[in-house]
Amino acid sequence: MNKREAIFSAFPLCLCVSVVRFVPFALALLAVSPAPTFAGDGTRTDKPVIEIAKPGKCIAPAEEMRRNHMDMLKHQRDRTLRLGIRGEPVTLNGCIECHASQKTGSVLGEGNFCQSCHAYAAVKLDCFECHQPKAGFKATGVKP
Amino acid sequence: MTSPQTPDNARRKFIAAAGAGVAGLGFTAIAPGLHLMAVGEANAAPTPRKAGEPANPAVRWGLLIDANKCAPGCTKCIDACHTENGVSANLPDPRQNSQWIRKIELVDRRPGKTRGHVTQLPMMCQHCAEPPCVDVCPTGASMKRADGIVLVDRHTCIGCRYCMMACPYKARSFVHAPLNDQNPEVPRGKGCVESCTLCVHRIDKGQQPACVESCPEGAMTFGDLNDADSAIAKRIASVPTTQVRADLRLNPGVRYEGL
Amino acid sequence: MFTPKPRQEENLFYLLAAIGGLVSAIGLAAALYMEHEGHVVTGMNNQIVWGLPHVVAIFLIVAASGVLNVASMGSVFGRVLYKSRAPLSGLLGIAMLSGGLAIIMLDLGRADRIIVAMTHFNPTSVFGWNVILYPVFYAFVGIYLWTMMERRMNPYSKVAGLATFIWRIILTTGTGSIFAFLVARQAYGSALLAPMFIIMSFSWGLAVFIVVQATMYAWNGMQLPPLILQRMKNLLATLVAAVLYFTAVLHLVSAYFAKQTAFEYFILVDSEFSGMFWIGQVLIGSLLPLTLLFHPATRAKVAWINLAAALVIVGAFFQLYVFIIGGQAFPLEMFPGYDIKSSFFDGTVDHYSARLPEILLALGGVAIAFTMTTIGVRALHFLPQDDIAELEAAIRITD
Ligand code: HEC
Ligand code: HEC
Ligand code: HEC
Repeated sequence: MNKREAIFSAFPLCLCVSVVRFVPFALALLAVSPAPTFAGDGTRTDKPVIEIAKPGKCIAPAEEMRRNHMDMLKHQRDRTLRLGIRGEPVTLNGCIECHASQKTGSVLGEGNFCQSCHAYAAVKLDCFECHQPKAGFKATGVKP
Repeated sequence: MTSPQTPDNARRKFIAAAGAGVAGLGFTAIAPGLHLMAVGEANAAPTPRKAGEPANPAVRWGLLIDANKCAPGCTKCIDACHTENGVSANLPDPRQNSQWIRKIELVDRRPGKTRGHVTQLPMMCQHCAEPPCVDVCPTGASMKRADGIVLVDRHTCIGCRYCMMACPYKARSFVHAPLNDQNPEVPRGKGCVESCTLCVHRIDKGQQPACVESCPEGAMTFGDLNDADSAIAKRIASVPTTQVRADLRLNPGVRYEGL
Repeated sequence: MFTPKPRQEENLFYLLAAIGGLVSAIGLAAALYMEHEGHVVTGMNNQIVWGLPHVVAIFLIVAASGVLNVASMGSVFGRVLYKSRAPLSGLLGIAMLSGGLAIIMLDLGRADRIIVAMTHFNPTSVFGWNVILYPVFYAFVGIYLWTMMERRMNPYSKVAGLATFIWRIILTTGTGSIFAFLVARQAYGSALLAPMFIIMSFSWGLAVFIVVQATMYAWNGMQLPPLILQRMKNLLATLVAAVLYFTAVLHLVSAYFAKQTAFEYFILVDSEFSGMFWIGQVLIGSLLPLTLLFHPATRAKVAWINLAAALVIVGAFFQLYVFIIGGQAFPLEMFPGYDIKSSFFDGTVDHYSARLPEILLALGGVAIAFTMTTIGVRALHFLPQDDIAELEAAIRITD
């Protein structure tokens, strides 16, 4: 009950915070529009630092990954979820296993693989609202 | 609807007779013979699907729950489910927490000699053959996979909750707050509707749903309803079983025994 | 009544528009907050999944299509009295639909996926159909308004009016069907709901129109010709009585034929909703307005008739609250003949109380409708201009 009241009384403050948060979001939205043109050529000069935690080979040439990973992922999620196809080369969990930072174990967070590049390209990634960004994470769950 | 001689019976006989597992289960076309692939050992684990192979439309996964065996006070299936799927309950208002599976206690109030009799059973998504949630979903996010598992595609769910209004089993939950302790195999997130997935990620690997595996009484049988040789289909053909809210003719994939 | 002077009037207009805009903005902010924190900050839960925002939104949407009837009666049925009111009614229709839709969209768990809602369509979903019904409604009303305001297009106004009329009937049927197809819950799943929603929309739409019209006349220091109000009053009374009749039939059918006595007992006798039903919906929303509209002491007075219309609107909110919230608060009957209990609150009556964010969101939707109407009326000069002589002649003919 206490927590609820706390949330409730914090409302006016959070309201302001939300509004303020909305501003950069709106700006980000503006910023996204030119992003695809950037992404089109994977050879642009100043790239963000990309740390490859587990050296080896990606599921496709880096060039192609840079350009097409979003389509691969979006195509794959329908195959996996709707058709039930598993064990194909593209899986989001697969990306995370290889690309998670050795320090934090995550693909998100400052300087880590997915986030650093996306912050640079100003592309919002909402996948990790649901998908676990940490490699090898074991959920516990709590009794109801 | 709790009496076992309703449409249930006819349907059960039909399933038994149909053999090939076609039955009026909502599948329009099924290649005869394919059912032979899934071998029905008692509570056998499903065969893992090969990489690149889609869900098999000849199969219909289902559960048979024996309410007589379900022990009072035991919550093993619920704990197992919520651990496997990373479902936590930490919101101040308990009515806002997700519950993919729950234990229901029934006290018989009907006149007769069973009056006052107490029954326990786990309740979850019934994986209907005619799921109302799928019918009402505006974006088609609620869906039934080829092998009969009803899922929410949370990539297209907009969180309108119309499916929760339509579900007669209260099987679905809405994620009311941001999450960050998801199991990597079970993504879940704020603003979407979710429910029991029959542990698709386990079934696809050739494992049983977590709840079935965890039940110390062996009260839950998992298997292919379409395969006449499977333990579940045999049992359904031989003992009276119940579909909850059979009057709605949704043909649930979860059946109960001992009600 | 209060009539502002011209300069004052100008300031008052800006003040009203500013207040409307501010409340709309607060509603939007509340929605963003809900979006950010999740629905924990609301009173909605896994049993009562649709709350106050839906009550207000459904009122606005249903009344939006109803308010257009004033226009339809002018164009389609050639009633002079209603014809001069058609533009105002079209504007109100658009404004209220916008307010209602804004609430529904902003309340979504993933309002950011609104594009998904538009690009993915499930033909078996009534909700899905509505996604198509609404934009087409806008288009029809827009074209209709244009045919009325552009002199060259006047000849087509009858056709456009007819199309709009038919579409709005379909639209309200769609709204009613959202509930009519929910067989799982005792409160819904009745085929009666589709026609009932149409009658409700007629009644509430006309009530809203009368109130708005009264405000506009007062604003401009004009007196609404009694003849006009008299006509509208009779129509309103008929519609209110019809809604009451439908309500009675719905509950009787539910209690006697569908054998949902436990649910009916809950709603009508033994719950927090019983009071809202009898006092809010039946007394305030139906009997009191009917009395005001028929009693010799009040039936000829503008103020009383306006009050009656306002009461109909108040009653409409009670009606939707009882229908939507009450219908969900009653537990699902999964095992008839058994007492049922669980950690997920099966078998227990739920209680809903709206919290601040959802209240602000609901108010925001109303404010959107209000602001659009206020600005629209002023920018487009939508005050009905009546030619009394023509009116009287017309009425003599139609009688
Ligand atoms: C609202 C929750 C949610 C969000 C947001 C979400 N997903 Fe998923 N995703 C799921 C669920 C649930 C599954 C099903 C997992 C399963 O059955 O294995 C899934 C599965 C997948 C899969 C197949 C499984 C795998 O590991 O490869 C891919 C690919 C995928 N999602 C990609 C994405 C991408 C890309 C995004 C961001 C654009 C995203 N998802 C955002 C919930 C979500
Ligand atoms: C087996 C481990 C592995 C897996 C699985 C994997 N990657 Fe990679 N990825 C790598 C390595 C190693 C590189 C660096 C290769 C190079 O530079 O040639 C790389 C490079 C990339 C690059 C290019 C980075 C740059 O230099 O600009 C992108 C983008 C990328 N991966 C995305 C993904 C995505 C998305 C997935 C999941 C669909 C994925 N990767 C799965 C190992 C992997
Ligand atoms: C080399 C830089 C780079 C890296 C590394 C990278 N991305 Fe991207 N990603 C982009 C760009 C640029 C876009 C936008 C492309 C566009 O809009 O056409 C994008 C778009 C996406 C999208 C589509 C977003 C949307 O909303 O449409 C998804 C999903 C995505 N990336 C997932 C990932 C994941 C997961 C990883 C980490 C495994 C990752 N990306 C790593 C550059 C990168």
